[in-house]
Amino acid sequence: MKIIVCIKQVPDTKGGVKFNPDGTLDRGAMLAIMNPDDKAGLEAALRLKDQYGAEVTVLTMGLPKATDVLREAMAMGADKGVLVTDRVLGGADTWATSTTIAGAIRNLEYDMIITGRQAIDGDTAQVGPQIAEHLGIPVISYAQDIKVDGSKVIVQRQYDDRYHVLEAQMPCLITALSELNDPRYMTPGGIFDACKAEITTWGRADLKDVEDCNLGLKGSPTKIAKASDKVRKGAGEKVAPESPEEAVEYIVGKLLEKHVI
Amino acid sequence: MDFALAKEHEMARQLFKDFAENEVKPLAQEVDETERFPRETVDKMAKYGFLGIPVPKEYGGQGADILTYAMCVEELSKVCGTTGVIVSAHTSLCIDPILTFGTEEQKQKYVVPLAKGEKLGAFGLTEPGAGTDAQGQQTKAVLDGDEWVLNGSKCFITNGKEADVYIVIAVTGKIEKRGKTQKEISAFIVEKGTPGFTFGTKENKMGIRGSSTYELIFTDCRIPKDNLLGAKGKGFGIAMHTLDGGRIGIAAQALGLAEGALETTIAYVKERKQFGRAIGAFQNTQFQLADMATKVEAAKLLVYKAALKKDEYMKNPKTSYSFEAAQAKLYAAEVAMEVTTKAVQLHGGYGYIREYDVERMMRDAKITEIYEGTSEVQRMVISASLLK
Repeated sequence: MKIIVCIKQVPDTKGGVKFNPDGTLDRGAMLAIMNPDDKAGLEAALRLKDQYGAEVTVLTMGLPKATDVLREAMAMGADKGVLVTDRVLGGADTWATSTTIAGAIRNLEYDMIITGRQAIDGDTAQVGPQIAEHLGIPVISYAQDIKVDGSKVIVQRQYDDRYHVLEAQMPCLITALSELNDPRYMTPGGIFDACKAEITTWGRADLKDVEDCNLGLKGSPTKIAKASDKVRKGAGEKVAPESPEEAVEYIVGKLLEKHVI
Repeated sequence: MDFALAKEHEMARQLFKDFAENEVKPLAQEVDETERFPRETVDKMAKYGFLGIPVPKEYGGQGADILTYAMCVEELSKVCGTTGVIVSAHTSLCIDPILTFGTEEQKQKYVVPLAKGEKLGAFGLTEPGAGTDAQGQQTKAVLDGDEWVLNGSKCFITNGKEADVYIVIAVTGKIEKRGKTQKEISAFIVEKGTPGFTFGTKENKMGIRGSSTYELIFTDCRIPKDNLLGAKGKGFGIAMHTLDGGRIGIAAQALGLAEGALETTIAYVKERKQFGRAIGAFQNTQFQLADMATKVEAAKLLVYKAALKKDEYMKNPKTSYSFEAAQAKLYAAEVAMEVTTKAVQLHGGYGYIREYDVERMMRDAKITEIYEGTSEVQRMVISASLLK
């Protein structure tokens, strides 16, 4: 079985988000980490490798320093790393990104592609399903459990208060939730091997069956007008009713006012 | 000269830091309080290869280097001195001598499971009458047919009851040296469960309380003839070589304790308010922290230098790292004691309370000035090298 895991290097939002004066993210001022949903996807792939035997290739699109997440993934147990990097690919939105990644994946053999549900820097959850659309393969999103049965995958898809069980014929694409598992740590030996390993680097010329008009900033239909940190909730309204009856009356009044009831 | 860490060392540090924060720190207080050996942590460390970091892959290890191993002990010790010394004693005091002096058969039989973490290692040199003075050994080994018969006892043995494989130093005869009769000392590999090998008192210690420190007792304990480690009569050299390496591990433990206390104190003085402002705003606090941080950095440079020197030795055994290891251990241990003591002082009354980590760190730090060669022994080693 051959599995491709798409991973993304994202700013670590634990320490807060920092912006440039023009409103774009100041990535240089924030620590870079592997996107948590992608890490869970990688762990799922490594568990399938442990259980069934598989070759796991990690693929990322980004600046040359994105090799850091590829090496981290390889130190966890991935077999190969592919970096897609080119100036003309910069400024891509989800459409241009998924076009690029699909163009890279067309060079590779695969039975399964795993992506994270969404990246913590964009929160769109679009790239995974779009890659599947470009490649013409089935997609199962929001996976909380993945099993392989012959040439099929059986996936539990998270859905509000329950989950759906879906089957798909491979090759297919699955998007993973960070709740899927607890990703393993790297190993010291894995780190030493990963730092010596060769990373395959591809540019625009290596992308298969893609058109320039669908790449980079020019190929991105989405335009970002403004980016901001999460808007903090207001302090709310504090009331001190005299009796339970008065409290109930107040709450019901508010619910009616907001058309909740 | 380049002070920047290589990519693999940066990544390894992040790994050890994450592991220490997530897996080790939450247990540290309870392990200390209840004197409990953290077996679940040892199992996790085995799974991730922490118990065979500098061991070549062909012997079940990770194929990394001594600097990586030292950083592992350092990061573990930042949050738990007990966990740091478990890795140090296992790697430096048990695996290293077998890897250095063992036969191919011994390496396959013992190093492979030790490096994989399937087994835990320990080292028995110290006796009630033989600590710094290794010639005071009373434990004897007598060859009887195809077996060595061991009689005697060892005390203060780290990983004591939890280990599976023990390096044991014993007297195998007498030799004439420069007109004087001296004890002939040899090294042996002893497995747990060997008839005649039992455990005595568990030590109730000031610090590193989760570490299993026991007395080992040998009563007509018969081990195979092949379990002699290195040549007969070479045990003293093996023990001294082993302690040279062990000192880098303990220096890294001391460094970690000092760093842990410093980090904890920096966070505390920003929060703690007296006279209407954070105590970090007072010049006394600032100057104390400046001194602590500078000494910690100096200790780190000595520890890393010693580790790199041992890495050089691994490639070229003609070089020696004894001097650097002694300097690193002496300085890092004394810095650990000083910095943890100041950390307690800066915490005021809270620093004296068990609930606060610096109290444990100060107790843990003391042993680093004592075991694997006291600070006085390190001064002897350093000055002997200067005056030779």
